[in-house]
Amino acid sequence: MQNLIGKSIPRKEGRKKVTGQALYVDDLRFPEMLHGTTVRSPVARGRIKSIAFGGDIPWDEFAVVTAKDIPGANYVALILNDQPYLADEVINHPEEPILLLAHTDKYLLEEARRNVRIEYEELPAIFSLQDSLAKKEIIWGEDNVFKSFLVDKGNVDDVWSKADFVVEGEYHTGAQEQLYIENNGAIAIANLEDGVTVWGSMQCPYYVHKALIKLFSLPEEKIRVIQTETGGGFGGKEEYPSMIAGHAALLAWKSGKPVKMIYDRAEDMVATTKRHPSRTRHRTAVTKDGKLLAMEIDFVIDGGAYCTLSPVVLSRGTIHAAGPYFCPNVRIDSRAVATNVPPHGAFRGFGAPQSIFALERHLDKVAKTIGLTPDDFRRRNFIHAGQTTATSQLIREKVDMEGLLNRAFELSDYYAKRELFARENRGSSPTVREGAAISLEPTLTVGLLPRSALPTPRIKKGIGFASFMHGAGFTGSGEVYLQSVVGAEATAEGYVRILAASTEIGQGTNTIFAQIAAEALGLDYDLVEVAQPDTANVPNSGPTVASRTCMVVGKLVESAVLGLKQTLVGSGLLKGQYTQAEFRKACGDYIAKFGPLKSFSQYQPPPNIHWDDDKYQGDAYGAFAWAVYVAEVSYDPLTYEAQVDDFVAVQEVGKVINPVLATGQIEGGVAQAIGFTLFEHVVWENGRMINNQMTNYIIPTPADIPPIRVYFEENPYAYGPAGAKGIGELPMDGPAPAILNAIENATGVSFNHVPLMPEAMMEKALVTSK
Amino acid sequence: MSAKVEINCTVNKQQQTLHAYPMERLLDVLREQLHLTGTKEGCGEGECGACTVFINGEIVNSCLVPVAQVEGASIQTIEGIASDDQLHAVQQAFIECGGAQCGICTPGMVMAAVDLLERKPNPSGEDIRTGLAGNLCRCTGYMKIFESVVRACRK
Repeated sequence: MQNLIGKSIPRKEGRKKVTGQALYVDDLRFPEMLHGTTVRSPVARGRIKSIAFGGDIPWDEFAVVTAKDIPGANYVALILNDQPYLADEVINHPEEPILLLAHTDKYLLEEARRNVRIEYEELPAIFSLQDSLAKKEIIWGEDNVFKSFLVDKGNVDDVWSKADFVVEGEYHTGAQEQLYIENNGAIAIANLEDGVTVWGSMQCPYYVHKALIKLFSLPEEKIRVIQTETGGGFGGKEEYPSMIAGHAALLAWKSGKPVKMIYDRAEDMVATTKRHPSRTRHRTAVTKDGKLLAMEIDFVIDGGAYCTLSPVVLSRGTIHAAGPYFCPNVRIDSRAVATNVPPHGAFRGFGAPQSIFALERHLDKVAKTIGLTPDDFRRRNFIHAGQTTATSQLIREKVDMEGLLNRAFELSDYYAKRELFARENRGSSPTVREGAAISLEPTLTVGLLPRSALPTPRIKKGIGFASFMHGAGFTGSGEVYLQSVVGAEATAEGYVRILAASTEIGQGTNTIFAQIAAEALGLDYDLVEVAQPDTANVPNSGPTVASRTCMVVGKLVESAVLGLKQTLVGSGLLKGQYTQAEFRKACGDYIAKFGPLKSFSQYQPPPNIHWDDDKYQGDAYGAFAWAVYVAEVSYDPLTYEAQVDDFVAVQEVGKVINPVLATGQIEGGVAQAIGFTLFEHVVWENGRMINNQMTNYIIPTPADIPPIRVYFEENPYAYGPAGAKGIGELPMDGPAPAILNAIENATGVSFNHVPLMPEAMMEKALVTSK
Repeated sequence: MSAKVEINCTVNKQQQTLHAYPMERLLDVLREQLHLTGTKEGCGEGECGACTVFINGEIVNSCLVPVAQVEGASIQTIEGIASDDQLHAVQQAFIECGGAQCGICTPGMVMAAVDLLERKPNPSGEDIRTGLAGNLCRCTGYMKIFESVVRACRK
């Protein structure tokens, strides 16, 4: 028997990717293929008065689709079905799609797009969650609220008068663009006889499948969705592909020809989803010896113009809002509200980075108020097995937040640096002695600022941390509703093929599924293949989201392949103990004798999981990943820039299936979160992103990222494949508060919003220096 | 748009005669006429480096090059980096070290790394950071890409 678990086996499709042979949707072409484009609204809110086709354009050569051409229902089927595929009379956000065009010549297509003349009657619009909450205009439903939750544990109201300290704070996070390097795209072939087939860049083929069934009002077997190699998703290809696939399919239906629709970067950034902006208010009661008594949290996210996934994002943000601490009394009141901006959507972390940012900034404030260090205060409140979370979930697994904290501090030299920086920062100012702060820089550093060449040392240094957790899988009863299925089939040559709808989007699905399957059967890794997600060939394993692919779907892979073995053993063709050659021969014999050899496995919840959807109490997640992240920063009081110099990420994610892939997930997530914290500023003007280019929406480059040092503690989870838990979203949660805590340590100034741009630091520095 | 012109150049050591509008992007001509789809478009404005190719040995963003400029030039794309079935050391290292995740930036990143190692066979950490700074990756956080470059130059 081999041991493939815990080994860094190279990714399955690695060779294709490094040689440029991997085929993404824009790399595919079909005979007679047309290019499609979208005519979008320039206004934020209004009514369409008229549509005219102007210019010197041969309009009769074009396929033109409006809302009137839709064969089925004009909505993107998801949760509330409130978002139209094409606006019909009413406009609710800038860049809302109104009309579709297709032509063979993409240059002429662009000319034509500019010559569609639409007249509007503009209506007053709102662009901030504050204006939405204040009901400045009612733009959605009766009160602008897509969804609200109330989590109530104990009774916070009994506590305030008795507490030694009550500490309040308000925290904000901005929108963030997923910025996968491959833009959204789809190709469709559609006609009455064959139905609709779509190839595309996506995370969730069955979401697209469900949406197209409604859009075309066709039976499910007439809709086929195929995932092509996908150049990053991060949530940005969770719900949006249903839109672009629908548009390509409508044009294909109308024209009778294959239609390719690929966004350029500017369109992708201006029109597709982003991370929900948020506002969180905290009110916290503590004893003088630092015990949490009550946490009251008001959490609001800006959902944009349509509901899309906001209720689910809100749910995850709400459940994570009180963090990995035990507190007897917790009230979390949360709302997702409507504004006239393009709908915000899924993005790695899914609400948790927003609420955890607020909490971990706030706890530093609470610690300071009561005179404890940030770590001492947290140590007194970390949750342990046997205690309950905010949703009264009893923690049954072993949790050792303190151990993670100790290890992270040791690896980052936290205490020594805290002391050193406190001493050195006092001395560092533009006029003070030379050479002080420079020696503190780590050896592998970020070559941004030529600091050692500066005439006087002025850089202030700081170190800070955040402790947090992230639940794996769908929230509450979500996995039970999904009823995910995975199949496995054997070939006559004894290869095993995994049939799952989980997509490879860079995170390593193909590789870990093959490792899990090969390990379970005792086969070589190369004998396991993972089928391309294609709704005609793979069952619905649920969406590729929520850190569920490894833990939830991976477990189904394990049981599905064990089903193959059981069938072979049950048929008498294989003994319980076997060699690889015997297994392969048995597959061939079985297929010759009985026909195809397949096995399917359906999700079963772990025992003792209970969730109350009405009270929002119970077992929110089967398992949590736990983490402590430490950031070391430097701050330049002359340029008002902060940069991260070193980053330590310590986490417990159950058994690590593939260390290189897992480390890559953490490093990538941390880098993306550093962008969220210090670089990535979506600039809005009347509900529209105006810096929708890579030139002026800045993500970290190779020169900007500090050494990211990743460490795993392993505590195998009984219901995960080989003991694994979820991992993908976790690293997005901790960096923002850790970095701002470090900046406060460096500067003594408290910043409570991200992205934290130099302009904001300058403003505050100028105010405080007056 | 002006009329199409004939452009002669070599691409991955093969002589090619292209017919294209002079201002068409080299990126589009490579992908659509020669079906060399390993060169990717990420941003279309020279920021992300996904469309990196070599022209006469110089590293460039093919989204910024009008095809008229490559008359008589020798172009190399990602498809010309491996020789026969033998991967370039950089490609092999990217596979082993986890330098590729979603893979969309990978061809450009491999080109940038090959270029760097040709200029500096033993780059420092700082050389690697600046040498790759014209190429953006959203998956890896760059650590495994740096490791890949270090491993490739040890080969």
